[in-house]
Amino acid sequence: MNHLAEKYSEEIQAILAKYPADQKRSAVMPLLYLAQRESGYVTKTAMNEIAELLGITATEVASIVGFYSLYYDKPAGKYRIQVCTDLPCALRGAEEFLEKLCENLGIRVGETTPDGMVTVEHVMCLAACDKAPMFQVQSGEGLSYHENQTVESAMALIQSLKKGASHSNKDGHP
Amino acid sequence: MKVIRSLVLVSNDPRSVELGAEEVFRALHAEIRSQGLHDQVRIGTIGVVGEQQHLPLVMVYPEAVAYGPVTLDDVHLIVEEHLLKGQIVMSLLRFLQEPAGELAWLRTRSGALPVQQRIVLERAGIIDPYSLDDYLLHNGYTALGKALTSMTPEQIIDEVDQSGLQGRGGAGFPTGRKWGFVRAAPSHPKYIIANADESEPGTYKDRLIIEGDPFSLIEAMTIAAYAVGANEGFIYIRGEYRLAYQRLENAIRLAEEHGLLGDAIFGTDFTFHIHLHAGAGAYICGEETALIESLEGKRGQPRARPPYPPSYGLWGKPTLVNNVETLANIPAIIRHGSEWYRQFGTPSSRGTKVYTIMGNVNFTGAIEAPLGITLREVIEIYGKGMKHGRRLKLVQTGGSSGSIVPASLQDTPMDFESWRKAGASLGSGALLICDERTCVVDLAKVLLQFFRFESCAKCTPCRTGTQRLYQIVDAISKGHGALADLDELQQLGKDMELLSNCGLGQTASVALRDILKHFRDEVEEHILERKCRAGVCRIPALSPYEIAAAAATPSQAAIEEFEGSTESV
Repeated sequence: MNHLAEKYSEEIQAILAKYPADQKRSAVMPLLYLAQRESGYVTKTAMNEIAELLGITATEVASIVGFYSLYYDKPAGKYRIQVCTDLPCALRGAEEFLEKLCENLGIRVGETTPDGMVTVEHVMCLAACDKAPMFQVQSGEGLSYHENQTVESAMALIQSLKKGASHSNKDGHP
Repeated sequence: MKVIRSLVLVSNDPRSVELGAEEVFRALHAEIRSQGLHDQVRIGTIGVVGEQQHLPLVMVYPEAVAYGPVTLDDVHLIVEEHLLKGQIVMSLLRFLQEPAGELAWLRTRSGALPVQQRIVLERAGIIDPYSLDDYLLHNGYTALGKALTSMTPEQIIDEVDQSGLQGRGGAGFPTGRKWGFVRAAPSHPKYIIANADESEPGTYKDRLIIEGDPFSLIEAMTIAAYAVGANEGFIYIRGEYRLAYQRLENAIRLAEEHGLLGDAIFGTDFTFHIHLHAGAGAYICGEETALIESLEGKRGQPRARPPYPPSYGLWGKPTLVNNVETLANIPAIIRHGSEWYRQFGTPSSRGTKVYTIMGNVNFTGAIEAPLGITLREVIEIYGKGMKHGRRLKLVQTGGSSGSIVPASLQDTPMDFESWRKAGASLGSGALLICDERTCVVDLAKVLLQFFRFESCAKCTPCRTGTQRLYQIVDAISKGHGALADLDELQQLGKDMELLSNCGLGQTASVALRDILKHFRDEVEEHILERKCRAGVCRIPALSPYEIAAAAATPSQAAIEEFEGSTESV
């Protein structure tokens, strides 16, 4: 049985309707977002289900997951903190910020805190170049930008995320 | 009759939203209503591009007063004191030192900042981006009305062509000609795509355009669709642009509800639908054929060209792909005519450009100015001078794939033609201003790190070339370089430029090439003197072993002597 198709049948129909009937494959990206919202990452089962929905192979779906950096095929911390360290951000101290943040959390870039809550990653340009250090937080709750950060403000945010305190951007990701 | 006395704007940039701006907005809205002021006070949102303290901000016009940080507890006070009694709430008053972007535009009316010429951003920060009524009140949809009721598709294309508008995504191709190609393509159906996959580091103009004025993109696409003969359009938007996505979603829904999009637009028989498609974090998808592949549900890898998208694009059909900023110029061109548009800019480059200013200047943010202003003007007038009075060293223009412009070129007018002659490219309009503390080797390293990550790995010159360039520059930055490396960098860069499949590999070495052209001595210093004059690269002193090894290296003469002696044995 196709879990995604059953649970989200309306949403899936709306996604498929955007593209010509003979070009269903185009819906792979929005469907992957949907699957990722469901589990925090794209599971093998979800890849199979999406493949079935679109009439392509699971391998083809996996190749899309692998190509784009916003899709994940492995679980990580509940919150992914993604710091931009591109040139304009680096000039505003993003690299040092990332280093100190990791130090504070006791992990290295790419690792997850022992409690499984936070993974810190570095990413390419997020188009908030004049407001570095900045990062986005990605989770099942969606995606939010946090600009002009200090290690202190980031740690405070992490504390509130860990406590499950409400944070403002709860909308689903496109 | 309703007379609007005051305009209240609540900042809604991501940071403000995080700090509760949406709650403040709703509370203000409710309070204004409960005080019976809703016929006299208009409330909207503003994207604060520059101000970073005191968020969330509440601005009240016409007094141009800024309050912040505003919490829910302050809402009652602001409404009662300021809006009802007309008294400024001194305790919350903030004097903004460096207003930028949308905020700066509002300040220009009081002369605080130089007036920018706004075409693309004419409504950003003025209207509520969620309100179609607001858009209509500010000349929204007059261009589409004019186009659909009094112009033929050919006349529209001609008008765009005459305006001299060139693509704002980086390449600068004449827009009218591109439209003409798509119109003339024999096969059907035709598609149009707005390229909002803005991923060039340092570039965030399209995000600001969409966040500030989402309806203008919808209107422009509809005009373009009518002109080229398309009934279906897509906006391919960066996956990271959540706020922009939501605003477009809202704008599309409202336009459809009001008969401005969908079937029978303006009561004519013209039909046009727009769909949103979110990218997922791949720089390469900004390249138009990679974008099309991605939209087709494949890995975003560029196609071999020709054929170009106007003849063979999405699903093999004629497709118009335009950058967001390019499209955002269209409604004004149709409304005022090409003659009007041609008064801005220079003979080779008409119109305005949105620049994003970053780096070591006092003011960072977005501005819109006529093409042809100089870097010196950007730095002195809009950037309010170099930070701490330091000396300008270089400017990187157009993001990672752009040029490195030395300080000596800062008086060259920034238009497509003049910069091409100077060997630079205007690109996306990103201006990264660097002072003397910037190390060119380090700069090249960070840029190449970007390219080696973002190469889509389809073609070898780019896949291995970007890795190799990075390795060499990394070695130089650590004191392990040799002079011969510079030749290799240059040769490899040239090879990549010639052999790579798309713009990514072709431009990955541009900055490096410029650095070796303008700052070669500084790179050589890293190699020969193990010195980084900017003090950025940490080159370790030679270890005793390395000094001994260097001293023990036999000279060329000694080697020849040795070889001679072995031969004779």
